[in-house]
Amino acid sequence: MVNLTINGSALVVPDGSTILEAAKRVGIHIPTLCHLDLHEMRMVNQVASCRVCMVEVENRRGLVPACSTTVTEGMVVKTDTIRALKARRIVVELLLSDHPSDCLICERNRNCDLQSLAADLGIREVKFKGAMSTYKRDDSSFSLVRNPDKCILCRRCETMCGEVQTVGVYSAVDRGFMTTIGTAFDLPMKDTACTFCGQCVSVCPTGALTEVDNTRKVLDVLNRPGKVVIAQTAPAIRVALGEEFGMEPGTRVTGKMVSALRRIGFDYVMDTDFAADLTIIEEASEFVHRLQHGGTLPILTSCCPAWVKFFEHNFPDLLDIPSTCKSPHEMFGAVAKTYLATKLGVDPKNLVIVSIMPCLAKKYEAARPELSGEGEQNVDYVLSTRELGRMIRESGMDFANLPEEEFDNPMGQSSGAAAIFGTTGGVIEAALRTAYEWLTGNRLENVEFAQLRGMEGIREATVRINDLDVKIAIAHGLGNARKLLEKIQRGDATYHAIEIMACPGGCIGGGGQPYHHGDIEILKKRAAAIYSEDRAKTIRRSHENQDVMRLYGEFLGTPYGEKAHELLHTSYTKREKV
Amino acid sequence: MNRYRMHLMVCGGTGCRSSQSVQIVENLNQELKKAGMDQEVQVVTTGCFGFCEKGPIVKIYPDNIFYVEVKPTDAAEIVAEHVVKGRTVQRLVYKDPAGGKQIPASTDMPFYGQQIRIALRNCGLIDPENIDEYISVDGYQALGKALSTMTQQQVVDTLKKSGLRGRGGAGFPTGLKWQAALKQKSDKKYIVCNADEGDPGAFMDRSVLEGDPHSVIEAMAIAGYATGADEGIVYVRAEYPLAVKRLKIAIAQAEEYGLLGKEILGSKFSFRIRLSLGAGAFVCGEETALLNSVEGSRGEPRMKPPFPAEKGLFGKPTIINNVETFANVCPILLNGPEWFASIGTEKSKGTKVFALSGKINNVGLAEVPMGITLREIVENIGGGVRDGRTFKAVQIGGPSGGCLPKSLLDIPIDYESLSAAGAMMGSGGMIVMDDTDCMVNIAKYYLDFTVDESCGKCTPCRVGNKRLFEILERITDGKGTMKDLDDLEVLGGTIRDASLCQLGQTAPNPVLSTLKHFRDEYIAHIVDKRCPSGVCQNLIHYVVVADKCIGCTVCARNCPVSCISGERKTAHVIDQERCTKCGVCFSKCPVDAIVKE
Repeated sequence: MVNLTINGSALVVPDGSTILEAAKRVGIHIPTLCHLDLHEMRMVNQVASCRVCMVEVENRRGLVPACSTTVTEGMVVKTDTIRALKARRIVVELLLSDHPSDCLICERNRNCDLQSLAADLGIREVKFKGAMSTYKRDDSSFSLVRNPDKCILCRRCETMCGEVQTVGVYSAVDRGFMTTIGTAFDLPMKDTACTFCGQCVSVCPTGALTEVDNTRKVLDVLNRPGKVVIAQTAPAIRVALGEEFGMEPGTRVTGKMVSALRRIGFDYVMDTDFAADLTIIEEASEFVHRLQHGGTLPILTSCCPAWVKFFEHNFPDLLDIPSTCKSPHEMFGAVAKTYLATKLGVDPKNLVIVSIMPCLAKKYEAARPELSGEGEQNVDYVLSTRELGRMIRESGMDFANLPEEEFDNPMGQSSGAAAIFGTTGGVIEAALRTAYEWLTGNRLENVEFAQLRGMEGIREATVRINDLDVKIAIAHGLGNARKLLEKIQRGDATYHAIEIMACPGGCIGGGGQPYHHGDIEILKKRAAAIYSEDRAKTIRRSHENQDVMRLYGEFLGTPYGEKAHELLHTSYTKREKV
Repeated sequence: MNRYRMHLMVCGGTGCRSSQSVQIVENLNQELKKAGMDQEVQVVTTGCFGFCEKGPIVKIYPDNIFYVEVKPTDAAEIVAEHVVKGRTVQRLVYKDPAGGKQIPASTDMPFYGQQIRIALRNCGLIDPENIDEYISVDGYQALGKALSTMTQQQVVDTLKKSGLRGRGGAGFPTGLKWQAALKQKSDKKYIVCNADEGDPGAFMDRSVLEGDPHSVIEAMAIAGYATGADEGIVYVRAEYPLAVKRLKIAIAQAEEYGLLGKEILGSKFSFRIRLSLGAGAFVCGEETALLNSVEGSRGEPRMKPPFPAEKGLFGKPTIINNVETFANVCPILLNGPEWFASIGTEKSKGTKVFALSGKINNVGLAEVPMGITLREIVENIGGGVRDGRTFKAVQIGGPSGGCLPKSLLDIPIDYESLSAAGAMMGSGGMIVMDDTDCMVNIAKYYLDFTVDESCGKCTPCRVGNKRLFEILERITDGKGTMKDLDDLEVLGGTIRDASLCQLGQTAPNPVLSTLKHFRDEYIAHIVDKRCPSGVCQNLIHYVVVADKCIGCTVCARNCPVSCISGERKTAHVIDQERCTKCGVCFSKCPVDAIVKE
């Protein structure tokens, strides 16, 4: 423990604490900007580059950054001296002097760390005016937009992409005032190894990184005569959308979400959870098939498009181990444009599928050539949770007071197994519930596999099925995925099945979710809500979803069969590392 | 080995080489051969003598005759007259500018009179590409002494007692740094030599590496022994090809002699050295940015603490010392810390090499004892201001240093006094300015450099220095306001207080020091819209004095934008609207009828 004084009050803090952490303990808020501490995700941005959190420390010549200065015994810290306040203010003014002042039309308006900081400090003028940085906007990808003019060089994206995700698309380039965050050889994002996980967007404090906004296109198609527009919603949306309307994180708003989508004008509101059950039937069948026929093991989940792109770039020699199952929303699209179109009596050409996803990679995924049948995409548009929030606000609804409504059928019913797809470990747990019962012929007493849950970056568990100890691994965050895959490559570990999600926490922490501003508790509350959604379901096993089984009976035939292969399975492509 | 009766020492430093000293060596050898004396007289290519102003230098031993401004064509005369007949070539002897007296011996020259050469002890004395010559001047004796008679702690204690402080700029006590690294328990430690000399006008590190590379290599090995490191890295800029070449030769020779490598001199100590070439980023001279660069990352400073001695290269305890610091180590071990501590002031011991340049008579390298005054350096060693002009300021400490006026010329040279005066020791660049230099423009010049060289990581340096520069630009354009002066001070103060590394923290120094000592020049630019030194283009005009103009048309014919009009034999007129202020008319006018105002 270390003794120190902050603004005159003595306190004792654990060794290794920063001044920022110590100050927090005594209720002193030191403003920060570049700093971001999500250490449970191993995302700690401590580059001390913005110089906003400067404080005075006795016997130190200059000011020191509170975020990255470790306390020492007897340290005397002053956070509110005129010298510190002045420096802080000038630093923010300097940042503003090289930042476009188009807050009114910025996507991050009212949700921007720089804007909040300027407001908190009461900045009313920028004394030091001068040249502004101007760079080319990169909107080459389907998922995210880079606007370096709004970048404040906090380097969070670089840390997230390089250290947490180990993708390393971003790096600071050039020097001095010309410094910017760029890609290798200044390649457009679409040509990089970017997985479009969107975690850089999640941690960007300003409008320098944002999603590709599809709300205008969706509004347009909703109002186009002759089009039948179907919304499908991912499991992680319903536990996060409420935050867009000031509701407590972890509030389940499933019914209100359905109700809002209908009011926006969707002809049908169905559920990606239905397709998640379908995915489990296919994936569990594939797993059982591989187990019983000596196929390649481990089997890797393939629901996460960022993860898919990651292994295509980084592990091209392992393309045969991921499951060939399409991701749930793509399965939904494929079934909707065939089976459902017939049922509804709509020409598939006039059927429009809009996915509401917690994810930015799904936007890219929807455009992958192999996922477009006969020139028509399985999924036509993808909106993020944030975009849906904006559409609801734009249409003037009082979201908190909307009535609870039910999904439309026949692709609206789902099990609790589908609900937990939204959090890390959920897909493998859902698959186990089905595979276990199929292989043993016994009904599970308790469908909850506690050993698969949690927030540890890499988790392992062994489940006894008949005579076999099925070894399972789970990783979330691509850096963790890389570690796991390298272990397998080296032959250091053998598993039967592995679940991987690109985003820390799984889809609840997706790149399209409401901004968490560095508060990890928000993600934990979303995960808890996902599990309570599961418990609230009457059906908790995918193979007990009667609508899914009817789909097989009426249309698909046998699981993992020929028709299922044609519609529900996909293939992967080797890609370059850069 | 041949024994020679006479040695002709020819400077092989970068400066003299650019004035054909390589050709001089070749010609001397040819002439000696022709005269049949190549077996009794040897030509030696040495490192820099320091007196670059008068280069190329040829010094004759044992006669102690110092020839200056030698040309390749002088070789025949030197051999025929001096070598063969023993007569000094009078026309090549240095003449004292004050009085014109000929001074044949370097020791009698004012330039060398007050110098004490420790770091530069072998520069100009030995062939840097021959390890035997280094060994003949006590080379590798210090390493031998350390390995055979001293414990690690004794070596560190010797350094501590000597009072040696880092010569790279910050002046951190070298012994304490070594002690910190020795204290660390680690399976791997590194010794890094910072040879990323980047200050404009500073070339002492280059001269040491070119003239005496073994002195650095030996000192690094001693540091390795003292702290328990087995690997050394010299981070040297790729723009120093000669230094790189001589380092490579020296490392190879030391390895061949068993002075680097496994179990050196029969001890249990093993040490290897490799080079890492810098690509020319000024910020990579900052020690933590340098470490990043060696590791292959972007050259950006890291947060301190942890200091490199605790967590340095690849996270391992690392000593980083600058070239000149290392160059002082061996003499300290051989002559004792008391000897070193007897030179200099109470807190700044030993000597410091300064690179004199600017408007000074004797441009070159001078190694002087700490505590000597600025005036002694400028007036005695430097020979005063060039062309009989008036001294205005001396800029010390590189681009982040400060400009000191005449009134501060009597302060002693030591770390504390220079900092207190608003400058800093820095790496030892010393640029003299005269009355034709505009101090606002000088501040702008240096800031332009740091703005360009900032790594861009932290806000105060990246944006703040750019804004400072823009304010200075406004002032030199005649668009400044008095409020700008307050802004410069406030912003400069914050940049100094809040930047991440020394580059940012010291970047406002040229502005703040000139603002302090030459405020009247700023006010002249702002209030009178006038540049007193006639430097700032937008504040000067060229005007024809009608009474003086003889109408010769020379100005009109030479004006590149044809903005001067007038009939032959009548007074001419300059169209101020179109004038680009190139100054051609001013310099061409045969009767000085064109004036700057």
